[in-house]
Amino acid sequence: MSAITLSEQERNRLHRAHPEVFHRSIWQRWGALLLVLGALGYLAYCWSFFDVGQKLSEGKWERASIYMADWISWEAQPRFRFQPDGSIQIEHQRFSPLGENPDPDWMTTLPDGREEVTFGSADDRVEVASTGVVAVLGGVAYDVAFSGEAALLPANAPAAMTEKNGRVTVDFGFAGSAEIRATQVLIRRRFLGWENFWFDTTSPFWGMGLPELWTSVTTGPQIEPDRSNASLALHEFLTNSEWQHGDVLNKLLQTIVMAFVGTLFAACLAFPLAFIAARNVTNSKPANWITKRFFDFTRSVDMLIWALVFTRGFGPGPLAGIAAIFVTDTGTFGKLYSEAIENIDDKQREGIRSVGASPADVNRYGIVPQIAPVVISQTLYFWEANIRGATIIGAVGAGGIGLKLLEAMRTNQDWENVAYMVVLILGVVFLFDSLSNAIRSRLIGSAGH
Amino acid sequence: MADMTSGERDLSPATGAIHRHYRQLLATRRLYSLIAVAGVAIVLVLALLFANEASSGKFIDRLPYLFDFIKNFVPDDPFEIVRAMFDLPSPYADGSFKYDYEVGRHYLFGTGFYIPEYFFEMLVTLNIAFASTLIGGLFAFFFCFLAASNLGVAGPLRWIVRRLFELMRAFPEIVLAGMMAAVLSLGPIAAIFAVSVHTVGALGKMFFEVVENADMKPDDGLRAVGANWFERVRFAIVPQVMPNFVSYFLLRTEINVRASTIIGAVGGGGIGEVFRQAIGRDHAAKTYAIVILLFLTIVAIDQLSGWLRRRLVGNAAFQFGA
Repeated sequence: MSAITLSEQERNRLHRAHPEVFHRSIWQRWGALLLVLGALGYLAYCWSFFDVGQKLSEGKWERASIYMADWISWEAQPRFRFQPDGSIQIEHQRFSPLGENPDPDWMTTLPDGREEVTFGSADDRVEVASTGVVAVLGGVAYDVAFSGEAALLPANAPAAMTEKNGRVTVDFGFAGSAEIRATQVLIRRRFLGWENFWFDTTSPFWGMGLPELWTSVTTGPQIEPDRSNASLALHEFLTNSEWQHGDVLNKLLQTIVMAFVGTLFAACLAFPLAFIAARNVTNSKPANWITKRFFDFTRSVDMLIWALVFTRGFGPGPLAGIAAIFVTDTGTFGKLYSEAIENIDDKQREGIRSVGASPADVNRYGIVPQIAPVVISQTLYFWEANIRGATIIGAVGAGGIGLKLLEAMRTNQDWENVAYMVVLILGVVFLFDSLSNAIRSRLIGSAGH
Repeated sequence: MADMTSGERDLSPATGAIHRHYRQLLATRRLYSLIAVAGVAIVLVLALLFANEASSGKFIDRLPYLFDFIKNFVPDDPFEIVRAMFDLPSPYADGSFKYDYEVGRHYLFGTGFYIPEYFFEMLVTLNIAFASTLIGGLFAFFFCFLAASNLGVAGPLRWIVRRLFELMRAFPEIVLAGMMAAVLSLGPIAAIFAVSVHTVGALGKMFFEVVENADMKPDDGLRAVGANWFERVRFAIVPQVMPNFVSYFLLRTEINVRASTIIGAVGGGGIGEVFRQAIGRDHAAKTYAIVILLFLTIVAIDQLSGWLRRRLVGNAAFQFGA
């Protein structure tokens, strides 16, 4: 844009014509800046209040990447122990994901008796012998020799090889690592995917590919005499000891049921109460006041409080969750519905009253059609929201998948199970999101969005 | 409506046909409604049976005893609640955790002045809620313009931002908190992270819908004088949407106070955690003190934010939302 030049006269005229543009109050000029500064100041205060800097520096950030990798990958940890006679004994961890008698193709015994472990490619491998270990990184071999109790770092070692307390660690990136000691070599070999997702290692179906499984289930020889292979396969899948599909799906269903039943009951109770609370329907101040304060009370006592109270009363389980959602949402729905009733157009009621309808008919045909869109769309919104909410109140014992999630996270070992449950929850949330959108547009048209 | 059949015989043939047709439609509609209600009822009964089966205490058997624990859940005297709330020494003190009210005092300025434990924990919870609403609100503000369809943002970018909002909204908060807790150990920072992420998703959706409903005439004007994208957003869109943004922001603050209480109970610290401990250990006076404090705080926050919202955008501020 080219600069516009104004004459003195023209400038004065503009000043006079639009004083509100040129003389703005202090608040108008600096308000936004003050708000931003206030917000930043408050965040700075929170930073020091919660001691964020200190906590962040104390964090175990090196573990974060392992936990994240655990979401989508798994690890086998074979151990090569050197025996006094120079032979090598291979040990796998207990409940190894490789099964009882593992013989994976990335572990081979070389003709000269040494053990070889490859990490993704032939150029990245470890050759184990009790006299010394050869680590091959990117095609270059490095000799790790032993001296008494300690493994020695070779002089030309790359950055991926480090030594600490007489142990040499070779880092192969995502594919894993090897920890070389004078007495043993511990291998961590990482693979993408969820191991043994369908069947655990004790199952007869373990390790079968899809075509093989299909033949076994349909035409294969019966494994257990008193049940078909298909029902056995289903049973083995649901009782998978690592993934616990049966339990997880059961808990997920509990969460859905909690949200569904709690929301439905709350809507059923709040609907008639809202008519009592509405000033323009029930012409009694005390009745209005009492129902409204009742709504405020159940709404404002947090869902957490109700969840803990009902967990004490009912014992842990989905009923506590149902009751908590029911009580909290009775208040919320009551408030919403009664406000909707108070805001209706009174002409329809007058019309119906004028033809001599009973009070019940006046409410049925004069009010309900007007508030139905609000009632339906808000109830469906809260149904969705409660599916998310039920996950978290489940964690305090009110039933559902919340507690299972919390338990899986507590050990820091089962992040793949957490990932599995998160995928299921996200699926359910999106499913019910679209379901409630579909119901909403079917019942009240697209205007209700 | 009132019965109409009585007048039918007086109708002309054409009107009679219309009337019969109307009754037919009505019957079909009633049938569908009935089927829908019956379907919901069946699902409800199945769900209740399932929940009853899954609850460790059987529902029907337990129902009469629901409030039994409250009978035994009374403080030694009403003033115990006040003592628990303000950390005053208890006459019943026997050295157990039940009466150790003074232990939780947070002294400021030496030993003369203290904040009672539950007020301090309430402050922690409120700070979690406000900080995460601010952080989440800031991110939602900066990204919502990329998700709106009326500002000429490239389709793929818009799609990605919207899906990100959805993901952040739906992702279970306790997993977010748990992920942070694995690195930083449990505490308020994990809670802030979890609530912030959820807030970005929830507010982002609200914000971009407001932006899409904005009047585009100021935008046309700025476009006509050659303003670039940032100038158009800053001077045409932002002034219009700001009242609604602030209203949604305040509403989210109310929701986040509740959310941070709950996330506190599963390890995020603050009032939720002390409440779970108090009710779990049968400390009646402490429990009532916390319930009263929490109730009053939530009511106060709701009232304050409701008043601010009414001042900002009038009665439209009363919309709830998921």
